[in-house]
Amino acid sequence: MAKTHVSTTVNGDPVEFLCEPSETLLEVLRENLNLKGTKEGCGSGDCGACSVTVDGALVCSCLVFAVEAEGTEIGTVEGIGSNDQLHVIQQKFLEHAALQCGICTPGLIVSTKALLEDNPNPTEEEARYYLAGNLCRCTGYDKIIRAVMDSAEAMRGGA
Amino acid sequence: MATVIFSSELQRLTGEPRTEVSASVYRDLVAELASRYEAVHADDLMAMAVAIDGEIIHDPLLEQVGPGSEVHFLYKIEGG
Amino acid sequence: MSEAREYKYVGTRSIRPDGYDKVTGRANYGADLSLPGMVWGRVLRSPHAHANIRSIDTSKAEAYPGVFSVATFADFPDSARDVIDLARNCLAEDKVLYHGHAVAAVAARTVAIAEEALQLIEVDYEVLAPVMDVRDAMLADAPVLHADMFTGGLAETPDTASNIAQRMEMSKGDVEAGFAEADVIVEREYYSPTVHQGYIEPHACTVRFDESGQSMIWCSTQGHFDVRANTAKILNMDLGSLKVIASEIGGGFGGKTVVYLEPVALTLSRKSGRAVKMIMDREEVFMASGPGAASRNLIKIGARKDGTITAMKARLCFEAGAFRGSPMGPGCMTVFTPYDVPNQYVEGYDVVVNKPKVAAYRAPGAPQAEYAAEMAINEVAAELGIDPIDFRLQNAAKEGTQALYGPTLKAVGLVECLEAAKNSPQYQTALAENQGRGLAAGFWFNIGGLSSVRINMNPDGTGTIVEGSPDIGGSRASMALMAAEELGLPSERLKPIIGDTENLPYSGTTGGSRTTFATGMAVVEAAQDVVRQFKERAAALWNVTPEQVEYTDGVASNTSGDDKLTAAEICAQAERTGGHISGTGNINARGAGPSFAVHLADVEVDKDTGKVTVLRYTAIQDAGKAVHPSYVEGQYQGGAAQGIGWALNEEYIYSKDGLLENAGFLDYRIPLASDLPMIDTIIVEVPNSFHPFGVRGVGETGIIPPLAAVGTAVSEAINVRLTDLPCSPPRVLKAIHDNA
Repeated sequence: MAKTHVSTTVNGDPVEFLCEPSETLLEVLRENLNLKGTKEGCGSGDCGACSVTVDGALVCSCLVFAVEAEGTEIGTVEGIGSNDQLHVIQQKFLEHAALQCGICTPGLIVSTKALLEDNPNPTEEEARYYLAGNLCRCTGYDKIIRAVMDSAEAMRGGA
Repeated sequence: MATVIFSSELQRLTGEPRTEVSASVYRDLVAELASRYEAVHADDLMAMAVAIDGEIIHDPLLEQVGPGSEVHFLYKIEGG
Repeated sequence: MSEAREYKYVGTRSIRPDGYDKVTGRANYGADLSLPGMVWGRVLRSPHAHANIRSIDTSKAEAYPGVFSVATFADFPDSARDVIDLARNCLAEDKVLYHGHAVAAVAARTVAIAEEALQLIEVDYEVLAPVMDVRDAMLADAPVLHADMFTGGLAETPDTASNIAQRMEMSKGDVEAGFAEADVIVEREYYSPTVHQGYIEPHACTVRFDESGQSMIWCSTQGHFDVRANTAKILNMDLGSLKVIASEIGGGFGGKTVVYLEPVALTLSRKSGRAVKMIMDREEVFMASGPGAASRNLIKIGARKDGTITAMKARLCFEAGAFRGSPMGPGCMTVFTPYDVPNQYVEGYDVVVNKPKVAAYRAPGAPQAEYAAEMAINEVAAELGIDPIDFRLQNAAKEGTQALYGPTLKAVGLVECLEAAKNSPQYQTALAENQGRGLAAGFWFNIGGLSSVRINMNPDGTGTIVEGSPDIGGSRASMALMAAEELGLPSERLKPIIGDTENLPYSGTTGGSRTTFATGMAVVEAAQDVVRQFKERAAALWNVTPEQVEYTDGVASNTSGDDKLTAAEICAQAERTGGHISGTGNINARGAGPSFAVHLADVEVDKDTGKVTVLRYTAIQDAGKAVHPSYVEGQYQGGAAQGIGWALNEEYIYSKDGLLENAGFLDYRIPLASDLPMIDTIIVEVPNSFHPFGVRGVGETGIIPPLAAVGTAVSEAINVRLTDLPCSPPRVLKAIHDNA
């Protein structure tokens, strides 16, 4: 079967690629576009390690076909923060030691940013339920939630 | 003289719960035990970890065994 | 060695040096390396739990367009027989022993082509009855997995093959006399299921075989030197011809201390002349890596009215999975170690079943064994009407207590942890209806072992710490802090990296809670070597002897004059004073100090659904000295979360034919952010005098207490003694209904 040509935007950059209709956005991000920051933990949408945004909506990229990216704006972890300056969420994750092995961290950074765009002032419970789709096996989530709440406060103009 | 205390497992091979060995290096202690007890083989002992005076040592060979030392044989512990 | 000192760097909460790469997605994990001309490997796995392989025909797969090579066990050289169980687990020889057991592998241009080619491999199976539970596997008429397995550790080796690989026995004192003295005896059997470490990153490697001795493996592993050793052994290669690079690792917990893909990938690479990448998908991780062992443990404890435990007896039966080697030994050695009781008898069995071969899972053997012991301890305390903390304090192991496995404990922190539990805010809080509280202790030995470190100082006074312990939890931060303390230089100027197998001598696997202890010790030794060289160079520049040079806080001073030189100044002149400065620490670390823990769990049970909510949790553990408190707390919290999952929800579910039914994160349900409260931690510090900073390993003990803490809490909440894990909603509901 001939490959499909897809034109899309990734982290603000216009991008084109060829892919099989059956390939997922996760596969294409990692293999065709060499953006390895988005991780595969399960391939079935259960772990959130592959979290990206598509037109601002938080999705598991393993559950999105690459062809669906046509004409959309994709946001990955590589688009958060810049070379000279970490995003406040990334900074808070470091300060709170909210990562141990770090494999879930890209997905959590993307999800946290989406959470705080949806709800800039979440309660602890709201944060926990919003992030329930991002599995972490190392931290027990304690320091992650502290980092998220602290990020929320900082982004609202607090400490 | 170092005191060697045998686990129940090793007691089955040695026939006694403890013994005294005059050796100052672990390797020699093992050789002495292997020659004293027919059913005990040096290779099997060398594959085990050992506690000398309470300190667990993996891969022992040249460890000093002082007079009055207490020696226990253990299974090697690996972690996860 | 470790008097109470004021530290400048050790004990601070630095930003971890590898942190920027991790929060930006730049860090490279096992699946993140691609090489030119690389092809993809996929594995054909057994659809049966137990079967003989009559024949394998790979000819059609080999001929399929886009396929570069095919591998089976027949491709392994004879050297593989020295590690036959490991080799047969990588690729089955004449039997498949679990659902998902690897049978053959294909390397092809794309994953899709490889999978199509796998379908063309013809395997003729003679299906056999599987045995799926340790109790069944120990019966005389059980299907036998290995015709050459004759139980070791019995008075006489049997001449009939069985599934019992090994029996072990340990005793001291006289348990029967002890029980005769007891006023209260509790005897109960407890069950813990097969569980998975649940690391979020699947096993992955990219390899390239090279005929001229430049073969390379890039993989996600806890121990790249052992990957080299085991792969070289299976494939009959010199160690010097195989370089293994440890990628960043997305979780291991003991499960990434074994090779599964690497020898297969390297074989496919050798046969195809191409680099090969192999990644397990999540289903394969559950089906065919190394889960934590299930166990059935019978515990009997006797105590007098006054609270003295008089006798402790255990029969621990562990499932090894398809090949021998469950953690039965450490289970036997840890089960009663928190208690100073003169009469103990422990019997252990290592039993094979048709499940994947188990691997280590954080303090392997101890969670299963101590779960059972701690549940029984709590029951005895309740029957005696004694507070469970006081009961433990009365019988607690301390310095001078002789452990069942022989040695006497040195200074340990169990009493301190129990007292901290008693004084904790959680313990003072009252409970409401349908709520229950549980407490449990935990013990793990921790190990030392081989670590190699080089500290290379640059001309500008910055330095690189090259060490060989893959960093699974943030240990690099601690290495920098320990080096900083010893060198008197800010940790930001010292960059820790993980060397590959060609950069350093053999370094032991990251596991056994050894890294901050043993590799830390090697870092200190390397740093002391650097300081010695600093002094020599300064002395040469000042024309004095090194004994006349003092070095503190990064500055060398001439004790017989006014001269001073900073470390950076010494390094800037190193070329002219003898060459650049590099320190070595290459050790076999001894004196690992055990870490005791006590956990408190408060739960609430919904009596209509059986759902258990963890309301509050406190993890208290002895770290000796917390080099980086945030990462020590992280280990406590992570272990607690895994233990809570083990206690409440996690288990492998098999069909009656032995097929794994829940090989995914949806139905093998690990705790989510919404399942847990904040996990309070209390770091107790009873220094381990064998380590320069007093460090005890902390990574493993934390998974032990949650099982019985939660198990007891749920039992209290519903007023029914639960003895089987997990306390999942259907089981809790059934217990409520059966006892209504």
